[in-house]
Amino acid sequence: MSEEQLAHPELAGVGVDEDSQDLSRSEVILKGALAAGAVYGTLMVGPYVRRALAMSGGGDVEILNFALTLEYLESKFYEEAKSRAKASGELKSLVSLLADDEKQHVEALTATIKQLGGKPVAAPKFDFPYSDTSGFLALAQTFEDTGVSAYNGAAPAIESKEVLAAAGGIVQVEARHAAAIRLQNKAEPAPQAFDPPLDEKKVLKAVEPFIA
Amino acid sequence: MAETKRLADPVSRRRFLAVGGGSTALAAFLAACGSDSGTTTTSTTGMKSSGGAGETAEFGKGDVGILNYALTLEYLETAFYRDVVKSGLFKGAELGTIRKFGSEEAEHVEALTAAVKQLGGKPAAEPKAEFPLENAKSVLELAATVENLGAAAYLGQAANIESPEVLASALAIHSVEGRHASVLNTLLGESITPDGAFAKPADVKTVLESVEPFIVG
Repeated sequence: MSEEQLAHPELAGVGVDEDSQDLSRSEVILKGALAAGAVYGTLMVGPYVRRALAMSGGGDVEILNFALTLEYLESKFYEEAKSRAKASGELKSLVSLLADDEKQHVEALTATIKQLGGKPVAAPKFDFPYSDTSGFLALAQTFEDTGVSAYNGAAPAIESKEVLAAAGGIVQVEARHAAAIRLQNKAEPAPQAFDPPLDEKKVLKAVEPFIA
Repeated sequence: MAETKRLADPVSRRRFLAVGGGSTALAAFLAACGSDSGTTTTSTTGMKSSGGAGETAEFGKGDVGILNYALTLEYLETAFYRDVVKSGLFKGAELGTIRKFGSEEAEHVEALTAAVKQLGGKPAAEPKAEFPLENAKSVLELAATVENLGAAAYLGQAANIESPEVLASALAIHSVEGRHASVLNTLLGESITPDGAFAKPADVKTVLESVEPFIVG
């Protein structure tokens, strides 16, 4: 998609990085536009989004594999935290609950990708830099908030209604996790009236430092 | 619990009772994904729901109906938190949380009202509501019920929404309702994820039957 074709050229820069290798330009633009639409609560990006959607060929498998990568990260993070985070009492139970939920998300996404005839991505190796409970909680808050925004950013591009409904069932659980972790951190559990969506590129950038 | 209020106005009563329709089947997680993978989301006609879109017909056609349904729920949540703040039952940190949640629900009302207008629809009127506010614990329980239900209501409609822009906005609200529900469940010592790892949707009929006792004349 060239700049001249854009209905809203001012949005062309949203979420677009010149060095993007993993995403087609139209996909990046699409996600940025959806993000802009949601953030500003407007419906003005309509024609622009529809055109980008039509050009986006990634499909549900690609989105699900993107989600799977995030769930791998969260799953591994909480699994490790059971022994590393030095959590006790209420937090210990919470870590255990979150580890279990994220593991189920990994399994569900893997199964869904296979059902769609796709190939689930392999789990990357992760490295989580923290040495105490507060370090763990700070990372957990980042991961959960990023997870919510990642699903919210990607979901409107999902084609299948069943996949969309399932993704919605997961993102709500991520939001519940995020609020609970924020309470542990003494942070505002629902800081904004609208959870901001994040495009895929920004999400990958956010999690990159933790991939070994 | 205060006595159950009855709807006097037959029109609004019907609106709140008779929107049953087919079950959405959207709760059927992940199971039948393969069959639908070829559908396109790019054209408006291609987005017609296979089952649930008519659920909100009494609130308007298509996305306007869904947004007005959501708006009605957000009006109730906003009124609820406003009354709770006034009740004087809460102080300190809990009052702060209640104020914060109330102001977020009010922002949802504004955003949904604007979205309905942008789609050329007429925003739903604010329902008159009354809530039983007896003691802090019962109020927190009611708040948790309302927020968990609200989150489930959005989830129940997500796949029925036609416009990707409306969907993006609804999702941005949906997860905030989930955050609210999690906090209230925590305050009550209940599980933050009562449905387990996958939140369950609620259909329109269930949601409206649940809020009906709080709607007055």
